[in-house]
Amino acid sequence: MSDFTSNFWSLYVAGIALVGIVACLLLLYFSGKAKAMTAHDNTTGHVWDGDLREMNNPLPRWWVGLFLITIAFALGYLVLYPGLGNSAGKLGWSSAGQYDAEVAKANQALEPLYAKFAGMPPEDVAKDPQAMAIGDRLFMNNCAQCHGSDARGGKGFPNLTDKDWLHGGTHEKIKETLVKGRIGNMPPMAAAVGSADDVRNVAHYVLSLSNSPHDALRASLGKPKFVACAACHGPDGKGNQTIGAPNLTDDIWLHGWGENAIIAMVNNGKVNQMPAQAGKLTEAQLHVLASYVWGLSNQPAAK
Amino acid sequence: MESADQTTRKVIPIVPAPVGAEDTSEEGAWGELYAAHQKIYPRSVQGIFAKWRWGFVFLTQIIFYCLPWLEWGQRQAVLFDLGVRRFYIFGIVLYPQDFIYLTGLLVISAFSLFLFTAIAGRLWCGYACPQTVYSEIFMWIERKVEGDRTARMRLDSQDMSLEKLVKKWYKHFLWIGLSIWTGFTFVGYFTPIRELGMEFFLGNMSSWEVFWVFFYGFATYGNAGFMREQVCKYMCPYARFQSAMFDKDTLIVTYDAERGEPRGARSKKADLATLSLGACVDCTLCVQVCPTGIDIRNGLQYECIGCGACADVCDTVMDKVGYPRGLVKYSTQHAMQNKWTASQTLKHIFRPRVLIYTGILLLVVALLFGSLLTRKSFKVDVVRDRATLARIVSGGNIENVYRLQIMNAAEKRQHFKVTAEGMYELKVLTDSEDLTVESTQSRWVSVRLQVPYDSAVPGSYPVRFTIEASDDNETGHTLLEEKSVFLIPR
Repeated sequence: MSDFTSNFWSLYVAGIALVGIVACLLLLYFSGKAKAMTAHDNTTGHVWDGDLREMNNPLPRWWVGLFLITIAFALGYLVLYPGLGNSAGKLGWSSAGQYDAEVAKANQALEPLYAKFAGMPPEDVAKDPQAMAIGDRLFMNNCAQCHGSDARGGKGFPNLTDKDWLHGGTHEKIKETLVKGRIGNMPPMAAAVGSADDVRNVAHYVLSLSNSPHDALRASLGKPKFVACAACHGPDGKGNQTIGAPNLTDDIWLHGWGENAIIAMVNNGKVNQMPAQAGKLTEAQLHVLASYVWGLSNQPAAK
Repeated sequence: MESADQTTRKVIPIVPAPVGAEDTSEEGAWGELYAAHQKIYPRSVQGIFAKWRWGFVFLTQIIFYCLPWLEWGQRQAVLFDLGVRRFYIFGIVLYPQDFIYLTGLLVISAFSLFLFTAIAGRLWCGYACPQTVYSEIFMWIERKVEGDRTARMRLDSQDMSLEKLVKKWYKHFLWIGLSIWTGFTFVGYFTPIRELGMEFFLGNMSSWEVFWVFFYGFATYGNAGFMREQVCKYMCPYARFQSAMFDKDTLIVTYDAERGEPRGARSKKADLATLSLGACVDCTLCVQVCPTGIDIRNGLQYECIGCGACADVCDTVMDKVGYPRGLVKYSTQHAMQNKWTASQTLKHIFRPRVLIYTGILLLVVALLFGSLLTRKSFKVDVVRDRATLARIVSGGNIENVYRLQIMNAAEKRQHFKVTAEGMYELKVLTDSEDLTVESTQSRWVSVRLQVPYDSAVPGSYPVRFTIEASDDNETGHTLLEEKSVFLIPR
């Protein structure tokens, strides 16, 4: 795509570059022809302040050679690389192309390293210190931005070190989440639940499911209204991993704990997205990374 | 006698030139702005300053060529391993975080240069600068193959013959051999030199190693073989600003014009007192030995690198003709003007500029070595988690996450324990109890700090991590403190 809507600025830039180079050549040519007046004592004869005289110390000629080399280099560069207005250069070089080439080269260089882990079952990969060090770096570069550098997440970003999984915690499921991404969609349910008071009652019923502090009377009033929620979260509120509905009976609250947070959730709903990583990572990297994440919640003596 | 001497003579009116030597005639000539390179054929020289220079050549080059071969424990004693970003210098392991030491080293080098220059002019240029040192070695080889000044000039003016071809080839063969060895040694500071030697002979060097061996070798060959004084005259930045460090009490190589003029040849039997001549016999040897091709009798010139070759050769001539030495000598402008004795001149060394340079130099040296001696066997960087500012965890605690980079700067395995303080009921949680970092390795560790909910109002609180290290043999416990902040959200 052209950077400008008309060709004018490209020609302008190209013109400045070429005129500059030609001007350098002309300067060299004319200064080579020019002569300086030199008296017998090697000064130019100019005297200031009574005794300050200007000497003629000619530049060594090899230095002129260096100037010519830089001019030749500049011309060669402009022919081979983009630099002259919007000309792409004979080599077809671009920064994006170089980036892709270097990523491909790096991936190729790393292939033998990853090949070792490709055939390994995830349980063994998770025990391999080298694989875990690689996984840690992959996690830091690609996952820690949301899930935190210790993988324990934060509000709106799931904790990956516990056993509570929205979409399933097997190696296959984790890999699927990584490759395709996930969209968690809780629609606004206020209309289905009823009045504002009904919503509050349902919130207390939800709190009661996990034995969190709640108003027992409101909870009992809210229980019949929970049918609107049961479609996804199940009649017992234990959630449904096939559609990513969270378990409401544990004390893990992804979007905030307490009456107000639950009411806001029922009223407004929420769309939460985990972006797909397939384009960024190679198959071998995905295997190691999924094993690493699986290992986080399946550490033998993790405390 | 060089016919070029008269036309290329330059006068820099710092030391007054001999009266009558200045040509003030109106007549001049049109000269070009560019000049072709005049090849200089320095004559070999013997004497006290030449001995000093060769002393420095041996000192610097023995260090340069031998240092990478020394072993320290299981590794090369001095190795700058750029690949894993560790610098090994005998018992010290430096991380990129220790870059401040390089700054200290550069400050020391700069102030040493200022100090030496203020006292004795271009000592560095004349004796220890790599350009001088390698030129000296290359000229020595040249002299061994082609002979001294006159022989070399004759050889260069001859038509090509088998003898000339053999001599030239032999000289370049030796030069290139030494250059490649120099490039190889240079790379040996960055890649273990013994392995590099194996790779060199098996042809297994990596492309960057090949590049640097030959690039550094080529630079040595070009600079010491061909560019020589051109580097000092046109390229060296130090030569450009060293005049700012000179004053009238700075030692310079100088010609005693009052004693020497008027110069002229004379019979060896003639008595100096009865001649209307000065002590200079006009043998022009001082011009012939000069590596930058100047005539010291014209006074201080910017091309003069202060090597003292002219002083050495003039002393030998003075000995021969039976005059006292020191027609060309190290002296100061004040000493020349006021006819000071050596001890009077020495007294003027201790002037404010020299004392200030010395003071700063000693201070920086003391700081650098003090800091190196009290250096801990490990380093820690505390980095707050970049994504999660704070979070509420089950149990009603507020949690902040930190990443600690623990860098083991010792060549033994160390175990680390992390504690923190600074807030009420502050708890420290790590994923594993024993944080082990292998010798010279570094490791990132996640550390969580928790305080009870509502134990403090929202805001930012300073916290202090204490990291305790112990090695396998429990020979030492070291503590290190690092500051960070704990955030309590609204």
